[in-house]
Amino acid sequence: MENILAGVATTQGIDELIKLLLGDGYQVIGPSAENNVIQKKEITSVEDLPKGYTDSQAPGHYALKRDSSSPELFSWAVGPASFKDNLFPSKSTLFEGKITKSDVSISQKEPFSQKVCFFGIRPCEVAAMAVLGRVMAGGPYQDPQAKSVRENSLVIAVECGYPAENCFCTSFDTGPMADEGCDIIITEITEGEHRFLLRSGSDTGHHILNRLNYKSALPEDVSARDRVIAKSISQIGKSIDAENTPSMLARNLSSHVWSDIARRCLSCGNCTMVCPTCFCASFEHSNGLENDFSVTRRWDSCFDTAHSYIHGGSVRTSTASKYRQWMTHKLSTWVDQFNEIGCVGCGRCITWCPVGIDITEEVAKIAESESK
Amino acid sequence: MGKAKLAVWKFASCDGCQLSILDCEDELLAIADAVEIANFTEMTRKVIDGPYDISLVEGSITTADDAQRIVEIRKNSAVIVAIGACATAGGIQALRNYADIDEYVSAVYAHPEYISTLATSRSISDFIKVDLELHGCPVNKEHLIELVAASLAGRKPRIPQYSVCEECKLRGNVCVVVAENMPCLGPVTSAGCGALCPAVKRGCYGCFGPMQKANTTSLAIRLKENGADEDKLHRMFKTFNATKFEKEFSS
Repeated sequence: MENILAGVATTQGIDELIKLLLGDGYQVIGPSAENNVIQKKEITSVEDLPKGYTDSQAPGHYALKRDSSSPELFSWAVGPASFKDNLFPSKSTLFEGKITKSDVSISQKEPFSQKVCFFGIRPCEVAAMAVLGRVMAGGPYQDPQAKSVRENSLVIAVECGYPAENCFCTSFDTGPMADEGCDIIITEITEGEHRFLLRSGSDTGHHILNRLNYKSALPEDVSARDRVIAKSISQIGKSIDAENTPSMLARNLSSHVWSDIARRCLSCGNCTMVCPTCFCASFEHSNGLENDFSVTRRWDSCFDTAHSYIHGGSVRTSTASKYRQWMTHKLSTWVDQFNEIGCVGCGRCITWCPVGIDITEEVAKIAESESK
Repeated sequence: MGKAKLAVWKFASCDGCQLSILDCEDELLAIADAVEIANFTEMTRKVIDGPYDISLVEGSITTADDAQRIVEIRKNSAVIVAIGACATAGGIQALRNYADIDEYVSAVYAHPEYISTLATSRSISDFIKVDLELHGCPVNKEHLIELVAASLAGRKPRIPQYSVCEECKLRGNVCVVVAENMPCLGPVTSAGCGALCPAVKRGCYGCFGPMQKANTTSLAIRLKENGADEDKLHRMFKTFNATKFEKEFSS
């Protein structure tokens, strides 16, 4: 990679960047405040960004508020929708066809060929897309859409200046600073004049920054950025012991904590749906009324009893066993399977659990139950 | 082999589920092509005698006559599918099960002496063996089409058992419990509606009845935090599927 290029931009400069990306033919997907949450949507200018919005999150709670006097564009933590469905759509038809007396015709989905830029995404999201990308397209059998997104999309990340109460990215080195997998890294600075530090993270990013007339970054811009990161790190209160948790959970499959969780757990599957790395899918073969048939894929959840259905019945019917399956996969057997932990610490499973079950607290309780 | 004979029967109900069959519109001709609609008086006066290959039963059992009629239908049908909240849980009219029926009758009718009714409104499966239940108030027409298509192909129809929450997430709805502090029965209710109410920012009314392993106790604790008092909670659980959510408000 060429040298890192670092520039400083105003809000206007961010708009110029978005316009340049659009001019290059990218579909730009970025954050926006909609339906009282931070959502992602196709954006066309800096006006689409959630200016002045901050969120407050707690287990089972999310609220967005706006300070119209604030110039900040990125003063919030992750909303409910991750970028999972960009690699792995929630529902898709894999192929469909028709049976006639003499023939079977099959029409397959068009190959995915969009040029996408993920703009303003948090470091934990970048990490999650990498984890999911390795699952979907890292081995010998590659999902075409995940492969295309993984190889061809442009990633412009924003370092996190506003972690939420449920965040624990520092446990897995997936934030608040951005690092691997980014073409451009933005840090919003409010100390002194409101500005954005932009650094290239790839050759593509370097070339894009080269085409914008940003002021060169000064040492004080870089040190202000370092203070943003240090402040974020100091605000992150939750954690999971990444080193010891995989083996600790494997030793505690009979812990009494599982049934304690099951008393509260609704087995509704919200945690798996909002998780940016949960990849379980159900492949459904259907026939219609007119000799037509289709094979579709939709997100599935290990909390659905049918998910573990095999000949003779479901393997996991109790809520305790379903929750244990989910947590141990995420934090323990994922390591056996993919050589890394399947969690990036985004905190969505805590925020969007209707009854506020906190994975970090439950891990701690299981560890504590072992030492007793 | 001739076409499969389909019959549709009505018991105590509002006819909404039968209308869902007619609401299939685009697929109705294909359904009529695939099966012989032999007995469906909401649609046609032409009635072909049984036995029937598939009987769809709408409504709950509320009279002694109906309790006998459903037994006859069972004898005359190879497969019986109960459709909708009335047929699968007794429906809204099952609220009588928790009240004094005589008091209700005298309050509603000018001549209570003409009324002959059972004290309770019960599901079809309380009286006969039912082969499949399609939930909802009304049922989802896609489930009806799936039922016919699957039956003709000799496969099991795919009817979801998981929560409405999963449908919300598949659809991209924002959770109204977490982000809007609304009372919502989605986390304990069976999917099937496509998360219709949360999509328009209304809490789920639970019209598809309890999902597998519904943890109503835990949800009730949360909904109290969202401002639903005891009375409100009882009313929520005691609407379309009172007999199925019964354990919640009896405790």
